[in-house]
Amino acid sequence: MNVDWSIISGFLPHLMDGARVTLYITVMGLAGGMLIGAIVGLMRAYGGHVINGLAFVYVEVIRGTPIVVQVMFLYFALPVLASIRIDPMTTAILAIMINAGAYIAEIVRGAVLSISKGLTEAGLSIGLPRWKVIVYIVGPLAFRRLIPPLGNQCIVSLKDTSLFIVIGVSELTRTGQEIMAANFRAVEIWTAVAVFYLIMTGTLTMILRMIEKRMRIL
Amino acid sequence: MSAIIKFHNVSKHFGSLKVIDEVDLEVRRGEVVVLVGPSGSGKSTLLRCINGLEMISGGDLIVDQLSVKGGNKVLREIRQEAGMVFQQFNLFPQMTALENIAFGQRQVRHVGRQEAKRHARELLDKVGLADKEAHYPHELSGGQQQRVAIARSLAIKPKVMLFDEPTSALDPELKQEVLNVMRTLADEHMTMVVVTHEMSFAKQVGTRLIFMEHGKIAVDGKPAEVIDSPPNDRMRDFLRHV
Repeated sequence: MNVDWSIISGFLPHLMDGARVTLYITVMGLAGGMLIGAIVGLMRAYGGHVINGLAFVYVEVIRGTPIVVQVMFLYFALPVLASIRIDPMTTAILAIMINAGAYIAEIVRGAVLSISKGLTEAGLSIGLPRWKVIVYIVGPLAFRRLIPPLGNQCIVSLKDTSLFIVIGVSELTRTGQEIMAANFRAVEIWTAVAVFYLIMTGTLTMILRMIEKRMRIL
Repeated sequence: MSAIIKFHNVSKHFGSLKVIDEVDLEVRRGEVVVLVGPSGSGKSTLLRCINGLEMISGGDLIVDQLSVKGGNKVLREIRQEAGMVFQQFNLFPQMTALENIAFGQRQVRHVGRQEAKRHARELLDKVGLADKEAHYPHELSGGQQQRVAIARSLAIKPKVMLFDEPTSALDPELKQEVLNVMRTLADEHMTMVVVTHEMSFAKQVGTRLIFMEHGKIAVDGKPAEVIDSPPNDRMRDFLRHV
């Protein structure tokens, strides 16, 4: 077995490009996922039977199917069903959005419901409309509690981008695969890819820790 | 004096459970009505119907000429006229004592920041906590938190104050500081409806005592009279246990 770490430097720019694509999908996907998650989570927490039911179906469908199946569906089944063709990159971002959105919805719902009902009643009893109770009282408290699980979901989603290899998005894992196919340097390449992921998730962890330190959990 | 709260044949069900059973009651301005009764008798629910935290299932309930059945907007108006103090204080934990009090005025009464702060300081002083304005709720004792909670309700300038077992979560020595604040309010002729187990408070401060049982008003009279000579066995039995 001959392992030659020095060859990695030659592929570094290529891997960097892959990492950039991974980050791009993650950031765009999570931005959308957080928006969806916030809306659906609030629908679950405050909605009546119908609204809550709709949100529940969405969460269950997404949580109950593998993300690979979701990607395949978006990329291969949707064009047949509705003649909507989307390019691989858009599919990737959309998949992360929809997938993370379902999990974040549950995180948001859990955080909102964990805030004592008494605080909502106190807010209502001074004459605040319900939306102000949510925005000024429950929201800020729930936000503090959803940071740890939300961070977890960010890391999961970042790693989930690696499966877009199946639809040919040149993210980090696919880039590693391409380099590998050319030179068969499995140990060096996959180690380098793993380190790239670790740097990204590690950075995320550090950011989260900073936010948590700044915000006392109440 | 005129009635500010009127229950007309009010009922409240939780599913098949009848918690309030066709209650008629009028509370006049300046009265301090003490609600007592065994747990499950409906006294807390009765109180919570007044500001619409519980919706009534039958009859009508008028607060300051507004019906609690008038929809969300009317309900908000009622809540601005009927402040509530909770057993668990329920102060907003992310706000200081001063912010807790100023918040409602700014959001509900649309008072300016400086004016809200000034008024909040006045109220903190009134409840004896002028030196605690920058403290967060978790830095205050239970009695102090409850006094801030009273000030928070007063800040909205309500016409009626509703107290839901305000001293039940407090140590005996902390109860007095809260009861004293309530005594001051009564002296200022604030209309108050108080659910409590504090019989000495009922006797000294209450102008009227209502004993509830099975969702009905079983006794309604002068506190000293009905406590010293309970008009029925059930109330006599209850008083022996508090």
